[in-house]
Amino acid sequence: MAPITVDFASLNLMTLAPMLVTLVGALVILIIDLIKSDLDKTLYATLTILTLFIALGATLSLNINERGLFDTILIDGVSVLGQSIIIIASMLFIPLALTKRKFHEFSYPEFFSLFLFMVFGFQFMASSDNLILIFVGLETASLALYTLIAMHNTKLAHEAAIKYFTMGAMASGFFAMGAAAIYGLTGSVEMATMAKIFQERLNDAGIIIPLIGGALLMVVAIGFKVSLIPFHMWTPDTYEGASAPMAGYMSIVPKIAMMVVAMRLFGIYLELDIEIVRDVIIALAVITTTLANMMALVQEDVKRMLAYSSISHAGFVLIAIALDTTKGYSSLFLYYGLFLFTNLGAFTVLWVSRHKYNVHHERFHHPYSKFAGMIHRSPIAAIIMAIFMLSLAGVPPFSLFWGKLYVLSAVVDSGWYVVAIIMALNSAIAVYYYLKLIVYMFLKSEELSGGKVVYANRALSLEIVIGIAAFVTVTSIFYIDPLLSFITNLVGASGY
Amino acid sequence: MSNILTVLIFFPLVAGLFGFLVNQKSIRVYGIAVATAEFLLSLWLWMAFDPASPGMQFVEKLPLIPEFGISYYLGVDGISLFIVIMSTLMTLIGIVALSIKENVKNMIITLLFLEVAMVGVFVSLDVILFYIFWEFSLVPMLYIIGAWGGPKKLYAAIKFFIYTFAGSLVMLVGILYFAFLYHAQSGSWSFALTDWYALLLPFDVQTWLFWAFFLGFAIKVPMFPFHTWLPYAHGQAPTVGSVILAAVLLKMGTYGFVRFSLPLFPDAAVAYIVPVAIIAIIMIIYTAMVAYAQKDIKQVIAYSSISHMGVIILGTFAMNVEGIAGSVFLMLSHGIVSGALFLLVGVIYDRKHTKMMDQFGGLAYSMPTYATIFGIMTMASVGLPLTIGFVGEYLSLAGFFKVSPVMTIVAGTSIILGAVYMLSILKKTFFGPITHEENKHLSDLDSKEMWALVPLVAIVVWLGVYPKPVLGPIDNSTKALVQLMHEKAQTDVAKKIILVSKNSAKEAK
Repeated sequence: MAPITVDFASLNLMTLAPMLVTLVGALVILIIDLIKSDLDKTLYATLTILTLFIALGATLSLNINERGLFDTILIDGVSVLGQSIIIIASMLFIPLALTKRKFHEFSYPEFFSLFLFMVFGFQFMASSDNLILIFVGLETASLALYTLIAMHNTKLAHEAAIKYFTMGAMASGFFAMGAAAIYGLTGSVEMATMAKIFQERLNDAGIIIPLIGGALLMVVAIGFKVSLIPFHMWTPDTYEGASAPMAGYMSIVPKIAMMVVAMRLFGIYLELDIEIVRDVIIALAVITTTLANMMALVQEDVKRMLAYSSISHAGFVLIAIALDTTKGYSSLFLYYGLFLFTNLGAFTVLWVSRHKYNVHHERFHHPYSKFAGMIHRSPIAAIIMAIFMLSLAGVPPFSLFWGKLYVLSAVVDSGWYVVAIIMALNSAIAVYYYLKLIVYMFLKSEELSGGKVVYANRALSLEIVIGIAAFVTVTSIFYIDPLLSFITNLVGASGY
Repeated sequence: MSNILTVLIFFPLVAGLFGFLVNQKSIRVYGIAVATAEFLLSLWLWMAFDPASPGMQFVEKLPLIPEFGISYYLGVDGISLFIVIMSTLMTLIGIVALSIKENVKNMIITLLFLEVAMVGVFVSLDVILFYIFWEFSLVPMLYIIGAWGGPKKLYAAIKFFIYTFAGSLVMLVGILYFAFLYHAQSGSWSFALTDWYALLLPFDVQTWLFWAFFLGFAIKVPMFPFHTWLPYAHGQAPTVGSVILAAVLLKMGTYGFVRFSLPLFPDAAVAYIVPVAIIAIIMIIYTAMVAYAQKDIKQVIAYSSISHMGVIILGTFAMNVEGIAGSVFLMLSHGIVSGALFLLVGVIYDRKHTKMMDQFGGLAYSMPTYATIFGIMTMASVGLPLTIGFVGEYLSLAGFFKVSPVMTIVAGTSIILGAVYMLSILKKTFFGPITHEENKHLSDLDSKEMWALVPLVAIVVWLGVYPKPVLGPIDNSTKALVQLMHEKAQTDVAKKIILVSKNSAKEAK
């Protein structure tokens, strides 16, 4: 048996730079905690942000279209975009730990360390085209995320973590089975090789069934993680149990990481014109958007409403994957880039209004009635929240309008007119539940809220995050053009 | 001042933001000052406007999102000029006559933001820019109805918002499809209306796009059977909300037909004259009958608005210079007359807190000035010659007569039906004996209300007797528009129906 030789050059460690930065940051936090244990969370939070800052710099300075780590890492434009969105969202999340009320989880340095491990996992998912490495990244990130949710340490948080864990484990199972099926057909877990062999064997008798079977298993796995209907059952409960910033975070980062995987994987099938995969994705997207909107209509709690709304947004964006055009993929990143700020901003407003214990409702922290007449007590917060809601609804000139416009335009360009109209009309359904919150905040009498303070958790760092999110949401018209050309260039450079 | 349109759009925005700094007690004067300044700016626009030139003037074009062909592209022609002036005028009048007592500051700031959207819609020449202002106008109106409305205000506000939002989303898909077609033919992205005008489309594509745009505009107008949000919105809105809604917001829909549907899809528009005209005639007759059955004065005027909008649609789809110029003029006159009527209803509502006809009677004894002005506005609404209402209605119907005499005669009953329900208001409310004792001591118009109403009366008479200064530029630009449609038309039917200038509107006068 020949000895295994490792050529150091083939490692190409530079492609791993952003992940390595995150990893080192996580380890440093652990080590600091070992040496000196009575340090404050502010230190860890700032260290985490700095780590992510360096990681973002490393991401943006990556050379496009390079491979590394024995060809398992693929740094292309898509991976740079995916990693950037993941890191920026993480940077906005961390300041939310520094609140006025003390919450259990943030007092542990392990929280920040785990958080960085999770980001590390997502970074791998976004920048690999090797199914095994993607799986490892997925599991690293997911296990860390389950723990982070549970660390909120309320009864509902435990329930949330366990629900997410069991569903996540099942999704991982599907992922492993799908990968095994594909490996059985092609003898490879490398997507580039897979694509080549699919192409060669496409006309073999009987190959199409296992080929599609593998894809469908992957659809289920991805469906669970991106929470597409009918694989969404865990989502509202998990979001409800998790803290508001964590819920906001979960509505962005795990989803974008999985979207990148879906792009890479289903891209192969769509290249080969296996239309059934396209049909399944479009059907899932339409069902997810529509049903999630219907369910959001009847929620009594704003956080649950936002949970369903984020499911519906994920469905809306998923349509872009089915198009398999440069414009479609660009629109996906544009949408998520804008959605990140608006959605995290909205969840942060909820977080500001969070009491340590339920004071407004026996079950919910954020029932609609809590926000009644908010315009009279904290007008600026109410106006900003209203802007977030209008942006989510897609009312111009706020940021998500441009995202919606571009996604719809990509759909229309591909000739799916009916789908475009269904998606557009969904925005009209969605606007009802966003307006409902605005109606409560601006038009209902203050007495409904029971006169309790709604900004119990207010702190400077939260206000800064809200300020950034609001600024990005309102001034979108001025930066859409450079952002769009940046995204289109990167997506185009990766050959999508 | 070549960038006067930008100033016109953003002055109310800046003023609205500064309005937050002004003290609650002084806000009314601030609002009147700002709205007056804006109105004077729009008059200045008219003074600087070259009435002989039919094309776009004061054009500004800056790339906004060149990657996707979206630009900041403004311009005004004879068709939009007067609608802009009417918008600024009605905002001013609405603020002058403002009678609400609570949260006056929020109301004034909201009205200023609404003015931004209204002016923006009528001067945008980039379709996405138009869409932004079009959608954004919903938000202030939602707040006005929802915050100061009647008992069912939330229902009315949300119904208004969702109805119009849904329609315009379908239109958005149509816009994107058009842009895609433009890109396919020319190789570059553009949402500039002047670029779009140059695009020739096959008939079946025109059909789909025509109906997609139709839905967006028809809900706004509102056309039967999408009109059900309007009576609620009017019934629940505060006076100023109704004034702006009837005078300006509804005109966005009809303006959309003139500016977008006709020149972009001339063949499809001609092909669907009959169904659209039938809808318009249903609007005219059915809502006029509904109006007659109402007991609430405000509802009568709300339904009469729909009825008049039917005449505007009919004039627009006449596809000739008289009809379109007449319908544009009718947009102006309906804006002024219905705005004035809603103000007048607000006057008695402020005094008695009811709008029911049976609560009044004999008001001409106790409020003679009020009754006189109401009478003049009623006559204008009915379309009496020498009032502003006559000119537009006559031209619209005369235009459509060339298309179909039979349908025009049926639609002409609108004048009779209008007289029936409007005169029945006059009879029940103002004449006869005073049936309710407390009505004997109602005070007549105060100075604030006089300031708001007398200018409108003056306009009604002035433009009724001598409409030329307004009709001239409208006529010029309409001729250019019809000329463009005629050149673009591909089918023989369309070439035949779209009449450029046998005898123009001015000569018909």
